Amino acid sequence: MVESKFLPLDGATAVSQAMRQINPDVVAAYPITPQTAVVQNFSQYVADGIVNTEFIPVESEHAAMSACVGSSAAGARVMTATAANGLALMWEMLYIAAGMRLPIVLTVVNRALSSPLNIHCDHSDAMGARDSGWIQIYAETGQEAYDNTLQAMRIAEHPDILTPVMSCQDGFITGHGVERVGILPDEVVKQFVGEYKPRYALLNTDEPVTFGAWDFTDYYFEHKRQQSEVINSALPIIEDVFSEYTKLSGRPQPVLDTWEMDDAEYCIVVLSSTGGTSRAVARGLRAQGVKVGIVKPRLYRPFPAKYIVEAIKGCKAVAVLDRAISFGAPAGQGPLFTDITAALYNEGITGLNIVDYIFGLGGRDILPDQITSVFTDLQQIANEGQRGAMVRYLGLRE
Amino acid sequence: MKEYTAPRLDRPWSEVNPGGIVLDPGISVTYITGTWRTMRPVRDQAQCTQCLICWIMCPDAAIPIVDGKVDSFDYDHCKGCGICAEQCPVNIKKPHSVTGELGKVIQMVPESSEGGE
Repeated sequence: MVESKFLPLDGATAVSQAMRQINPDVVAAYPITPQTAVVQNFSQYVADGIVNTEFIPVESEHAAMSACVGSSAAGARVMTATAANGLALMWEMLYIAAGMRLPIVLTVVNRALSSPLNIHCDHSDAMGARDSGWIQIYAETGQEAYDNTLQAMRIAEHPDILTPVMSCQDGFITGHGVERVGILPDEVVKQFVGEYKPRYALLNTDEPVTFGAWDFTDYYFEHKRQQSEVINSALPIIEDVFSEYTKLSGRPQPVLDTWEMDDAEYCIVVLSSTGGTSRAVARGLRAQGVKVGIVKPRLYRPFPAKYIVEAIKGCKAVAVLDRAISFGAPAGQGPLFTDITAALYNEGITGLNIVDYIFGLGGRDILPDQITSVFTDLQQIANEGQRGAMVRYLGLRE
Repeated sequence: MKEYTAPRLDRPWSEVNPGGIVLDPGISVTYITGTWRTMRPVRDQAQCTQCLICWIMCPDAAIPIVDGKVDSFDYDHCKGCGICAEQCPVNIKKPHSVTGELGKVIQMVPESSEGGE
């Protein structure tokens, strides 16, 4: 294990530190709150000659991801960052990056999508991109955002994966919140990410190749099936990278971050920073003898279905907390709930009491009392044996 | 007409190139697109002035030049867009060798009918 140096950093700056240490060949980006600090800091490193990255200040996020796609196809190690409507403007190119199997690392500092206009945190931006073929990792803290960025690079560029990775953290909550973040020594990071040796590259004129060619009815289906296999088979490789980084940093990197789940009767499943709030509340309830637990998936795509089912199937009642609505889905449930309930059914678990709470849209605060109320609801559901409303709301004026 | 090797259509999904990457340069020629054609261009070779405007205007590369002259169409790749017939500047004096009609050196005929070189 290598000692980290601890600095007071906000989550966005922690990511820009990781990017400085990775020193990618190309960064093409466009500023958008609350991601701005990531690229702002990084462009300063470029201007100061601290990194030798080709920085492309493009005219839009569509152009940013387009430049990333072109650079990655050329054989470069490529990173970028965005949020909310910026991610939405990248949509077309997200699918192209994934379909062309380009190992781009994109930091998303999660923010609500317009309309109405809002700059604060929710997961509607990245959740909308969950079917785009990108691997998605969600960070609880600035520390995780830093750690995930480094690991994302390794995962994306693994020769058996070659798939872009979206590394997400909560806008403002961790993006702008300053906390203690351990930074590994530059040389250690350099060694961990290694040198990127692209399998195919447009600039390798000795072995000319064509990227993004016409793919008609006779081949497109096979390419998509292969892409699906690659992302769904990536889990063991991702775990290897997580485990290597755990040994290196001394910070555990589980696919599924579980807290007191061995004997938990009531549990909350939630992504990102709310995992911390939930754990703090759960600690208090445990002290009072209530058997509660927390499950926080760090990896959302590929979806660690079996791990989640295994973790929650013994509970008396489970609450999924969704920071996004899948509009028009049954009862307006959130995407995490959709995936978890589908996973339960497919693993043969059909009797579990499980409810969905939509929370925190547009940056609405999620408070400890609200988490406590979820655990109270779960106990009531278990006691009465009635699930009641499938989709509920936390912190909403009703 | 040159013999082409058609692209392999026997590869299962597990063996296709990642991301649809094309590893061999210049193999688009093996992709036969002439089957898309509903109208076929035909040329009256005897009345052609060899101005090469059809060769310039063809949006594919379906009008080959052999020994400095156009004398045929690459029907494996010509999609029958008709730009060559539209752009052909030569009004023929005698009926067209294929269609029997007056008009241009290059004329379009339905794909099902007899004709071509």
